[in-house]
Amino acid sequence: MIRFLLIGLLRDRSRSLFPVLMVSAGVFLTVVLYAYIKGMVGDMVDASARFDTGHVKIVSRAYHLRESQAPNDLALLGVDDLLATIRTIHPRMVWTPRIRFGGLLDVPDANGETRAQGPVAGLAIDLLNKDTPERNILKLDESLVRGRMPEQPDEILISETFGRKLGVPLDKNVTLMSATMYGSMTLHNFTVVGTVHFGMAALDRQLILVDINDAQRALDMTDGAGEILGFKPELDYADQEMRILSQSFNRRFNSAEDEFSPIMHALSEKDLLGEILEMTNIGGGIIIAVFVFAMSIVLWNAGLMNGIRRYGEIGVRLAMGESKGDVYRSMIVEAVCIGIIGSVVGTIFGILTAYWLQYHGLDFTDFMRQSTMLMSGVIRAKVTPFSYVIGFFPGLLASVIGTLFAGIGVFQRQTAQLFKELEV
Amino acid sequence: MSALIRIQDLTKQFPMGGRRFTALDGISLEFERGEFSGLVGPSGSGKTTLLNIIGALDNPTRGSAIVLDRDTKTLRHREAARLRNHNLGFIFQTFNLLSVYTVFENVEFPLLLLKMEKSGRRKAVMDALEWVGLTDKVDMRPARLSGGECQRVAVARAMVKNPKIVLADEPTANLDAENSHNILKMMIGLNREFRTTFIFATHDEKVIGYLKRIISLNDGQVVRDEEP
Ligand SMILES: Nc1ncnc2c1ncn2[C@@H]1O[C@H](COP(=O)(O)OP(=O)(O)OP(=O)(O)O)[C@@H](O)[C@H]1O
Ligand SMILES: [Mg+2]
Repeated sequence: MIRFLLIGLLRDRSRSLFPVLMVSAGVFLTVVLYAYIKGMVGDMVDASARFDTGHVKIVSRAYHLRESQAPNDLALLGVDDLLATIRTIHPRMVWTPRIRFGGLLDVPDANGETRAQGPVAGLAIDLLNKDTPERNILKLDESLVRGRMPEQPDEILISETFGRKLGVPLDKNVTLMSATMYGSMTLHNFTVVGTVHFGMAALDRQLILVDINDAQRALDMTDGAGEILGFKPELDYADQEMRILSQSFNRRFNSAEDEFSPIMHALSEKDLLGEILEMTNIGGGIIIAVFVFAMSIVLWNAGLMNGIRRYGEIGVRLAMGESKGDVYRSMIVEAVCIGIIGSVVGTIFGILTAYWLQYHGLDFTDFMRQSTMLMSGVIRAKVTPFSYVIGFFPGLLASVIGTLFAGIGVFQRQTAQLFKELEV
Repeated sequence: MSALIRIQDLTKQFPMGGRRFTALDGISLEFERGEFSGLVGPSGSGKTTLLNIIGALDNPTRGSAIVLDRDTKTLRHREAARLRNHNLGFIFQTFNLLSVYTVFENVEFPLLLLKMEKSGRRKAVMDALEWVGLTDKVDMRPARLSGGECQRVAVARAMVKNPKIVLADEPTANLDAENSHNILKMMIGLNREFRTTFIFATHDEKVIGYLKRIISLNDGQVVRDEEP
């Protein structure tokens, strides 16, 4: 009997081909959309972790309250001790101190007169140590455009965009005008030895990368750092684990009385990121729901038209002695077959497309020039194991729900009525 | 022994714009095994309605239709389906073959519902196609057959499970004279060979000529019941 139904399904294209195409299309879109959103959010989280929040971040309580301004007067002190302690407690994590600072960069001409000047967003990191984790975290080698990596104190990197804008020559001195931790004005000379490009407008606009020891000297921050970032070694974010980690850290080190006591936050505890992360989790469900709904309606209509076209067949089958329930069930079996085939086809094409988007991405750089979000201009998809199954939810559900509705329409009629319609 | 089909004081009404329209009005009839009979009457006289009730496709409003000792009114969907499946063959005015299936598969379908095993199915289908003389068209689809051939397939489909009763609603209406006569002669043969009971609904003179019992309906009532 199943064979008999399948033969019918295969021979009657309007019964199989159209619904399968419909399901495939919906499944395809679901898979691609899901993978793309997954990739986009993954990139955002990744970029944010690498450049801003770490998987966890330690700052002073006071610094935390005004974190967006990077208030170095509230920076952590005794950082070497704190780092040593935390490295022994959590040896599997990578810990790295950073200082963010602002200032003005002055580019002199041959006579030492100011040729160009611009505000900078400075990031001081462990740049000179041979085994610095930052090389990997910030993907420095990949991002280097011109010149070389710093090797000596006071050698720095500048963003390619910014460097070109200011016309900074390589291997020439520039002067940073900034404020020390204690608020007095400071001048410090650096040599630009290379340029970097990270592909994120918010970052590339005015970035300089400085070694943290140089920054400590320049900003009078001996043994101080604005922030200490912690990463899982493989750099893949695990929310639950990081939240637990920061809770245990805070129980031990944080004190409500001391505004300079260190406090740790996980990446997702940053408002926007937490929301975005949560949204993607819900997002998968929403995409599925939307497609189930839309496709069900289309398939329902297709099923209705098909059902009307098949009144004759249904009437005959009833007359031959098939019960209504059996006819209904067989229609659902057909729907399941169509759902499965459509889902498989749609998923195959969807995954292929998603992989293509994972490697090539779509370039939105032009739209994001003004963006302040830490986000790559090229947005890529990310194929996850769930990408392989997500399409089956709308694929199967829509097909079956569509048929259920269509079937009700057919079977609410009296049997004899089906024959009436079959006779005309 | 009780009759094969016993219709007692049967009335069928259809709702029609708030009022009820009486399609069958107090009909009582009996059919015995091996009858070759027909419901005859003008359009709208209730022939199809009566066949549908005998075929357990529709329920009477009042009275009863007892088919093979079962009161169709009390049958549940599934039981009615079972009754049709095992004992009733239908032939329609529009042949109602399943267009995606071959001649063989169309005839095979009722046997699939009976869950007959494959070798038995094959033999029964081929036998039925031999009665109607279509063994050379086994693998064709209905679209490529003539009207007469289609109706012969439909007859084979109705007969393949060797039912006790065949209900034929205007089986010749879409056939020319020659094909009509062929089909009817075939049915007469089957009636003789298997003592299958045939009940026609028709106003075709050609069919009436073959009937051994003519039941005339008018306005939902039996006006004459005669054996010519
Ligand atoms: N489902 C229904 N709803 C309302 N009226 C119906 C329904 N089915 C049949 N009728 C009415 O019952 C009457 C008898 O119909 P029926 O189909 O039995 O006639 P018939 O004798 O088969 O006619 P014909 O020779 O044209 O096929 C007709 O007047 C028809 O309009
Ligand atoms: Mg009729």
